[in-house]
Amino acid sequence: MREINKREKIQSFILENSEINPNIFRMIVSSNRMESEAIPGQFVNLYCKEGSRLLPRPISICDIDKTNNTLTLVYGVVGKGTKEFSNLKPGEYIDILGPLGNGYIIDKDIDKHILVGGGIGIPPLIELAKNLNGEKYVYLGFRSDIYLVSEFERIGAKVYIATDDGSYGTKGTVVDLLMKTNVDGGMVYSCGPKPMLKAVSDWAKEKGIKAQLSMEERMGCGIGTCVGCVCKIKKEDSWEYKRVCKDGPVFWSEEIVWNE
Amino acid sequence: MNLEIDIAGVKLKNPVMTASGTFAAGKEYSEFIDLNNLGAVAVKGIATNPWLGNPTPRIAETYGGMLNSIGLQNLGVDHFIKEDLPFLRKFDTKIIVNIIGNTVEEYCEVAERLNEADVDLIELNISCPNIKKGGVAFGTNCESAEGVTKAVKKVSKHPLIVKLSPNVTDIKEIARAVESGGADAISLINTLLGMAIDIHRRKPVLANITGGLSGPAIKPVALRMVYDVAKTVSLPIIGMGGITSGDDAIEFIMAGATGVAIGTANFFNPRATMDVLEGITEYCHKYDIMELREIRGII
Repeated sequence: MREINKREKIQSFILENSEINPNIFRMIVSSNRMESEAIPGQFVNLYCKEGSRLLPRPISICDIDKTNNTLTLVYGVVGKGTKEFSNLKPGEYIDILGPLGNGYIIDKDIDKHILVGGGIGIPPLIELAKNLNGEKYVYLGFRSDIYLVSEFERIGAKVYIATDDGSYGTKGTVVDLLMKTNVDGGMVYSCGPKPMLKAVSDWAKEKGIKAQLSMEERMGCGIGTCVGCVCKIKKEDSWEYKRVCKDGPVFWSEEIVWNE
Repeated sequence: MNLEIDIAGVKLKNPVMTASGTFAAGKEYSEFIDLNNLGAVAVKGIATNPWLGNPTPRIAETYGGMLNSIGLQNLGVDHFIKEDLPFLRKFDTKIIVNIIGNTVEEYCEVAERLNEADVDLIELNISCPNIKKGGVAFGTNCESAEGVTKAVKKVSKHPLIVKLSPNVTDIKEIARAVESGGADAISLINTLLGMAIDIHRRKPVLANITGGLSGPAIKPVALRMVYDVAKTVSLPIIGMGGITSGDDAIEFIMAGATGVAIGTANFFNPRATMDVLEGITEYCHKYDIMELREIRGII
């Protein structure tokens, strides 16, 4: 048989897989050359070993270490698949495909950046913050417990925290916090639950700042073929469904139609 | 060993195809496999004009399978001819165009638009469970299945495959009806209508409430239906439903299928088609099979 290439699932060696917060795990895997092409905002497909669980789990890339050739993935245990991942031990292997999707666009001329993350949407903002020059204002929204905050501080970002129950930082939503601090900048980057993204989008529009949002949707294949994970994107005077996994996950906020 | 097959006069280099709706138009998978190695590519369903598809969530994982309620989102036949076909035609593989419509007229219109296009076969999709009007509405009734088959056959220059729905009382009746309507081949099965409920949100997982079940979970049902239909009609059959390996494919061939199509397996293994092809080849080596004819329909 003739073979031309190709991309494939790679068995990746697990170096670390630990619970950094209740139901939040950090997995560090050998990147097998994925690090050379990965950009902030992209994700990888992780595959379950248990045969009854067929579909890949899309997990955002939290950190790309080009020196040690590793990827860090921070994921929440939200179902049976991620539960299975959480039980994997260092020294074991996991099937990974990636990097997938489009990441954030980085404009080198912008010197003041506003990053807004909510819950399990926070991890990809770490790799993004690492790649941004200039001032970085990071707004993080948690339910109660906080995580990854010191990582942002190490990168030299100024971190603001909001929690639903007020146990850390300001009580309330991350968007309340944005309004309160009245921050300004050249670009907004955000990742998190849909209602938060919508609020961030409205806030950025009011301030006249362009915003890039990482959308989330239930995925099938993760490579753009099943057309399962779509979101509404403006098109002339109407809209169309675009694939989150292939055309996104990062979209310009002004492209998104929010009426769902 | 010769794995060549013939579907309605079209020669395929091997029996491994892709199932419509799981392979887009091949571009994405060309990063993973050499499309030249496929017997045929069946592209995602195409209508006269673009269809938006259904709201999200469109996907749910179930035990050993998945539910989808995509709703046949597509960019229409003109876009396919202009944008997708030239790419796919670069490869040495046969092209099956799956066509969809809300009315008999719409099916005919797509088929006519494809008459001048460089494609090999048309697959009449009368079995998608995710749309209200067309699709499965035609495929669950003998008269309408025969009627739409006859109408499309009349206007199309390409050989016609008709894809059957498993959501019927007796699939043999429908198979006979499309055979009477002039189908050149039959493909089966499309997805089984199913649902999933999120007990924490107390809502269906899918925005559409119901969706089509596919994947390994449906293989025994698909195999039984292929077996039944193969005993009922004298048309070549493309068997599909939960195939993930060469062994699965051999089962379908023994049940009477001429070709096999790989669908959901592509989603969790982008090289699934190649794994199936290698598995078939290995099996034939092991048992000194020179041609698939030797084992086709032996059950």
